[in-house]
Amino acid sequence: MEHLDKLEADSIYILREAYKKLGKLGMLWSIGKDSTVLLWLTQKAFYGHSPFPFIHVDTKRKIPAMIAYRDKIAQEWGLELIVHTNQKAIDEGMGPEKGRLACCKALKTDALKEVVHAYGFDGLIVGVRRDEEGSRSKERVFSERQADDAWDYANQPPELWNQFKTDFPKGHHIRVHPLLAWNEIDIWEYIRRENIPIIDLYFAKNGKRYRSLGCACCTGQIDSTADTLDKIIEELKHTKTGERAGRKQDQEDSYAMQKLRKEGYM
Amino acid sequence: MSLNIVVVGHVDHGKSTVLGRLLYDTRSLPLGAVEKVKKIAHDTGKPFEYAYLLDAFEEEQQQGITIDTTQIQFATRKRDYIIIDAPGHKEFLKNMISGAANAQAALLVVDAKEGVQEQSKRHGYMLSLLGIRAVYVLINKMDLVGYDQHTFNDVAHDMKEFLASLGVSPLAYIPVSGLEGDNIAQLSPHTPWYKGESLLAALDLLPEGREATEKPLRLPIQDVYKFDARRIIAGRLEAGTIEPGDEIAIYPAGRTTVVTALPHWRENDKKTQAIAGESTGIQVRDEFFNKRGEIITKKGEKPPLVTRSLRASLFWLGKEPLLFHRKYKLKLATAEVEAELGAIVKIIDAAELKKQENRTEIRQNDVAEVVLKLKEEIACDLFTECPATGRFVLVDGYDVAGGGIVLAAEREDDKLREKTMKYIMEHLPYNGELTVIVEEGKVARLERVEKEVFSGLDGAGI
Ligand SMILES: Nc1nc2c(ncn2[C@@H]2O[C@H](COP(=O)(O)OP(=O)(O)OP(=O)(O)O)[C@@H](O)[C@H]2O)c(=O)[nH]1
Ligand SMILES: [Mg+2]
Repeated sequence: MEHLDKLEADSIYILREAYKKLGKLGMLWSIGKDSTVLLWLTQKAFYGHSPFPFIHVDTKRKIPAMIAYRDKIAQEWGLELIVHTNQKAIDEGMGPEKGRLACCKALKTDALKEVVHAYGFDGLIVGVRRDEEGSRSKERVFSERQADDAWDYANQPPELWNQFKTDFPKGHHIRVHPLLAWNEIDIWEYIRRENIPIIDLYFAKNGKRYRSLGCACCTGQIDSTADTLDKIIEELKHTKTGERAGRKQDQEDSYAMQKLRKEGYM
Repeated sequence: MSLNIVVVGHVDHGKSTVLGRLLYDTRSLPLGAVEKVKKIAHDTGKPFEYAYLLDAFEEEQQQGITIDTTQIQFATRKRDYIIIDAPGHKEFLKNMISGAANAQAALLVVDAKEGVQEQSKRHGYMLSLLGIRAVYVLINKMDLVGYDQHTFNDVAHDMKEFLASLGVSPLAYIPVSGLEGDNIAQLSPHTPWYKGESLLAALDLLPEGREATEKPLRLPIQDVYKFDARRIIAGRLEAGTIEPGDEIAIYPAGRTTVVTALPHWRENDKKTQAIAGESTGIQVRDEFFNKRGEIITKKGEKPPLVTRSLRASLFWLGKEPLLFHRKYKLKLATAEVEAELGAIVKIIDAAELKKQENRTEIRQNDVAEVVLKLKEEIACDLFTECPATGRFVLVDGYDVAGGGIVLAAEREDDKLREKTMKYIMEHLPYNGELTVIVEEGKVARLERVEKEVFSGLDGAGI
């Protein structure tokens, strides 16, 4: 079996497990390349149907082109889209000036918690990958979050032979990670193979492009002339910098992501 | 397709260091990763540890110990690898198994100075139980013993003897130093007496697994969809191939029908055949009730076992012991069924390989041979014939607390027992509880239901 075929098959298996075994299910869609691949895999797994809603946590600080792209795709694909903002925090003046980690926590983690509890989700599908950063490399495919959304990362239950965690107390939820085994290049090669429509912020304009998308305030561009899928893949095969190097919140603290994710961050 | 390799061995013997060094020397790490570890070493005033490249959690770095397994991708000119770093501390055996269960090959790391220790053996045993046969033993920290050939030979000899008793014969023993990089990415001048390969070269010599495509079809039903006019039976092929026109038999019931189509989403996804490893869907001619957990096979190919009684090798990871008269959930491929401990055949001390007698419970980190009683019939295979449908986990409460592999299914005995019971109930004025003891396919005797019948000394009470 080819590498991409195997990744695709296993991700579809995971999506189908989540759909079968977890009660109320939703998928986080960040508009970025990974969660857009997830959207595509969902259509494949369920033969052109999307049997759960897509959730976008809008910090109101996203790069404007992302919002336009989101609304266009959602309409074209007929997605059930839930957009949620932690308006209270914004009204109270939350922003990166108050500290990047505090801002991520309020506008992303807390906003996400609000959606999970407002809709009563038992399962949340998230497009994180092991190769992104350290704490994600330790994740399980089905990863339990406690009633307060905390991740008990030092005491994860065993996960073997594709037998995922599907038993948990009421009020807890499961983060489902179908892309855990993919790396950044796999994602781009799959986008190229499948011809998946992707937001054009990833393609270089005037010598710069985004490698990872987030809030306008905290996401930097990289120097690049890669303006096609082929060139992006070629560039990544030779780069030695980390994918999230442009994400300022990661640089705040050596264990920034672990700390954020412990509290429920994606 | 990539090869998955797990790194196991006793705590502190240098698994993460060897791996970190391998990634470093082959320039497989993004710049950021190394810089980050350097910064941490600088901030904490500790020396640079290659292990931190894998031990990402703050707690792991503070305590200098791996807590949970990490998977890292790595490529040579020959192929892609996924290398799985496992923890060596006994307390984290559940995480070691989570890592090892995904591997086709293993590196067993032993400290040259400390020699073979408890977890070196227990992990060796786990590898044999999980069916991992491709193993390299790395004798690490050779720098601490002056690269001495005799020390290397002695440690290798001890490990060899132990593994031989499990039927595991490693492909090679390699003297290395994770700290200094000897024999990791290239051969070292410090060990001129060593005539084998470096770790890196040895990895590329590992054999590829056999293609499951050539085996009899096994398609466990994952779900049945009716999103539109099509009724689609969905699942991942664990072995074999399937295509429209195939006559299939669905177990445990064994009902037969014919595949009419492989449905698809876009034109590009259209296929004439699905093969092992693929997540697929099929439409069939006779739309009788199908449910998750059943296994689709091809008519004329070897059928699966159908049973309510499994003889299995099992490892137990739960804090609470595995007990008689308690209900567990058994998950095998997509099937789920209530299970109970029927008998303990033997409990093995995985580090000493001693049989432990007269135990009525299976404790955390025990390995045992048991008989499990299932509430309903399931379809499965012997682990040696089809691993994916021959292994299971046991859920205790909310968590997976153990796992095992199928050694045998005891179907005929069940039937005989049921028939005998029915006869007794109809013909004898007996109103107590009885157990029918079947031995070698014949009714051997009847026993009143009392504790010892179930405590099962060496298979009694099955
Ligand atoms: N001198 C010397 N020290 C080593 C070598 N390999 C590892 N060490 C040291 O041994 C200690 C333990 O190494 P780790 O790589 O964390 O051991 P481990 O086997 O991964 O430990 P666990 O994952 O916790 O079971 C560290 O302080 C390493 O620096 C070696 O080849 N030579
Ligand atoms: Mg380690």
